[in-house]
Amino acid sequence: MLDLLSGFITELRNAGLPVSLTENLDAMEAIKHIPMEDRDAFKYALGATLVKNNSHWRSFETVFEVYFSLRGAEYAIDGDKDADEFWREMQEQQRQGEANGSSGGMEGLSAEELMSILMKALMAGDQAMMRALARQAVQRFAGMEPGRPVGGTYYLYRTLRNLDLEAMLEKLMEISRQEVGGELTALEERLERDEHEDQIEKFKQEIESEIRRRLVADRGVEAMAKTLRKPLPEDVEFMHASRDEMQNLKKALQPLTRKLAARLARKRRHGRKGPLDFRSTVRHSLSYGGVPADPQFKYPRPAKPELMVVADISGSVAAFARFTLMLVYAIQGQFSKVRSFVFIDGLDEVTEYFRNTEDISVAIQRVNTEADVIWVDGHSDYGHAFEVFWNKFGKEIGPKTTVLLLGDARNNYHASGSWVVKEMRQKARHVYWLNPEPKSYWNTGDSIVGEYGTFTDGVYECRNMRQLESFVEKLA
Amino acid sequence: MNHRLESVQTVRQGLKDVNYLADDGIAGVVFLAERLGKPVLVEGPAGTGKTQLAKSVADFTGARLIRLQCYEGLDESKALYEWNYKKQLLRIQADRKSDSWEDVHDDIFGEDFLLTRPLLEAITSNDPVVLLIDEVDRVEVETEALLLEILSEYQVSIPELGTIQAKQIPLVFLTSNNTRELSEALKRRCLFLHVDYPDMEREKEIVLTRVEGISENLADQIARIVRSIRQLDLKKAPSVSETIDWARTLVLLGIEYIEAEQAKETLHILLKYQSDIAKAAKELSIDK
Repeated sequence: MLDLLSGFITELRNAGLPVSLTENLDAMEAIKHIPMEDRDAFKYALGATLVKNNSHWRSFETVFEVYFSLRGAEYAIDGDKDADEFWREMQEQQRQGEANGSSGGMEGLSAEELMSILMKALMAGDQAMMRALARQAVQRFAGMEPGRPVGGTYYLYRTLRNLDLEAMLEKLMEISRQEVGGELTALEERLERDEHEDQIEKFKQEIESEIRRRLVADRGVEAMAKTLRKPLPEDVEFMHASRDEMQNLKKALQPLTRKLAARLARKRRHGRKGPLDFRSTVRHSLSYGGVPADPQFKYPRPAKPELMVVADISGSVAAFARFTLMLVYAIQGQFSKVRSFVFIDGLDEVTEYFRNTEDISVAIQRVNTEADVIWVDGHSDYGHAFEVFWNKFGKEIGPKTTVLLLGDARNNYHASGSWVVKEMRQKARHVYWLNPEPKSYWNTGDSIVGEYGTFTDGVYECRNMRQLESFVEKLA
Repeated sequence: MNHRLESVQTVRQGLKDVNYLADDGIAGVVFLAERLGKPVLVEGPAGTGKTQLAKSVADFTGARLIRLQCYEGLDESKALYEWNYKKQLLRIQADRKSDSWEDVHDDIFGEDFLLTRPLLEAITSNDPVVLLIDEVDRVEVETEALLLEILSEYQVSIPELGTIQAKQIPLVFLTSNNTRELSEALKRRCLFLHVDYPDMEREKEIVLTRVEGISENLADQIARIVRSIRQLDLKKAPSVSETIDWARTLVLLGIEYIEAEQAKETLHILLKYQSDIAKAAKELSIDK
């Protein structure tokens, strides 16, 4: 048991979770009180002692599934007596219900029968039944063979393709409609759909964990944990985030901006290094008979910077630009003024989109669809975009302005227009460049970030949330 | 050492008896906290019953609840202890003639002159105590350090008096709305519990237990609608307390089955931003 646990904790650390020695000891203490057979309670016990940040919970869950999916009587892969019994029982019911006397054991069921049982289970929200069905579906459709070097997603795809859950959703909706006897109102329709989708999602998860369980049995715990290792949300790279990861990032953004805003506001209030307030000191000295025993200091009032964000929104870097814009606007209270511009080879101001709406994602949507950013062919041309920026908005850069340039500086071998950056720096307070590419890729191929970089106050690598956060904190 | 809680099930049942519906995670962590003698750091969105958890635990274990509300600028004289200066002064003046310096000096730093504040009170109490440190994320990072000694050793060191050990180990709950990252030192000493919005079945149960005179059907429908609304991308998703408010409103209005029209009219109880209300109305197609 101790071996298993220490292996588990090592894997958590490998996945990037900060698990300290005391937490390790706590976990060992905790599992003395909770039997491993109670898997949920066991999971929460380990979670409570080892995971101290909610965004790490998913990573923890994955590792937990891998390490403990084969433990506990209910989950053993061999000697599936419980499940078999369960199945026979179900068969019994089936026979009574439809009186079509199919042979015992789950292998005997035809695909149609399986689907109809699944449909019933989904309608009733029967967890145990869904688990049994998931097991059966994987066995039947995934075509898993020991030692085959394909990922779990392949098996998942195969299983789901055969089950055709999309059609299942429609069928379920149809049944709901029939039950009411006629048309559902729009509200009911929506609620029913959500309900069914929820059930189907649960079923999918059962299938996933079943596949994972089998893979672990085949390949062993360590190997499996390694293939499943995923970066924590704050370490996900903007440029390579999958759709799922994007969703998670979006969710992570909100609490992050709240934290950031609170921290910045606090920083503003508590940096007490202002100059001596002479008038106030004299006033206070009166209570000491004119001796200035209690010197008073002025509160520093650091000017809030004015911000101009100029972002490349072409192809691969678009996600990064979106995130930076969202972040900047979410904490716009920390700046005296924020203006934003987007470009591909043409350039357009998009400040208005953000001003007129409370919902940042709507604004981003409008940026993507309405902004006029294409000049010739829709391939990044930093040189031309910068020139346009300089001609149109250059005069508005003042000594309080901080200019943020976002992009990978992959210029498709066009003229660089780096003189604009140079001019900007002379007028503005600071000019920073944020690059979502890893440092090792800079200045390779058509990337000319080095050329621009010499004219800025700094080029920062901003591949993930963590780096973006620390940069913004520095900025405000 | 005798334990107050027998098993996870006892906790769950106990909480249920005082109308708090815990899921496996919550009950498990409360149970562990009692067994390991460790504080619980409860985190999660506002209005999901973090504070209520501590109250309910106190309720069903029959312990006294001592609450420390945190805010910016909280210091040890408000959280731990303070010397009663006025009383000390009186003592000195009262026997100016009789006592020698030594006597007075020792005397005025005795326990008689100590004003206990919540944290000290929690550990000096003879009866079982549940200590609730509410919204711990509001204090500054430096002030957090005040809590460390009491959270890990259950003791308080007072320079003039020495160290005061706990007479019993209190159950400690710290709640946080996550407006800032708490320090590693604090997190390390606690069990971590994230309380999220409940799933649909639990929310329905909650509505049924907390709202009087509500029918099962209506509770079910409410839980479903709220779940659908939470799936939307909103500024502020409806919390459990808002769900309960909404349910109460519907009961007061004598509604048995929610039609689109009624849902639209009462949506402002559930959602607090105009843009959210508009969005939800549109998504749920109750906006005509």
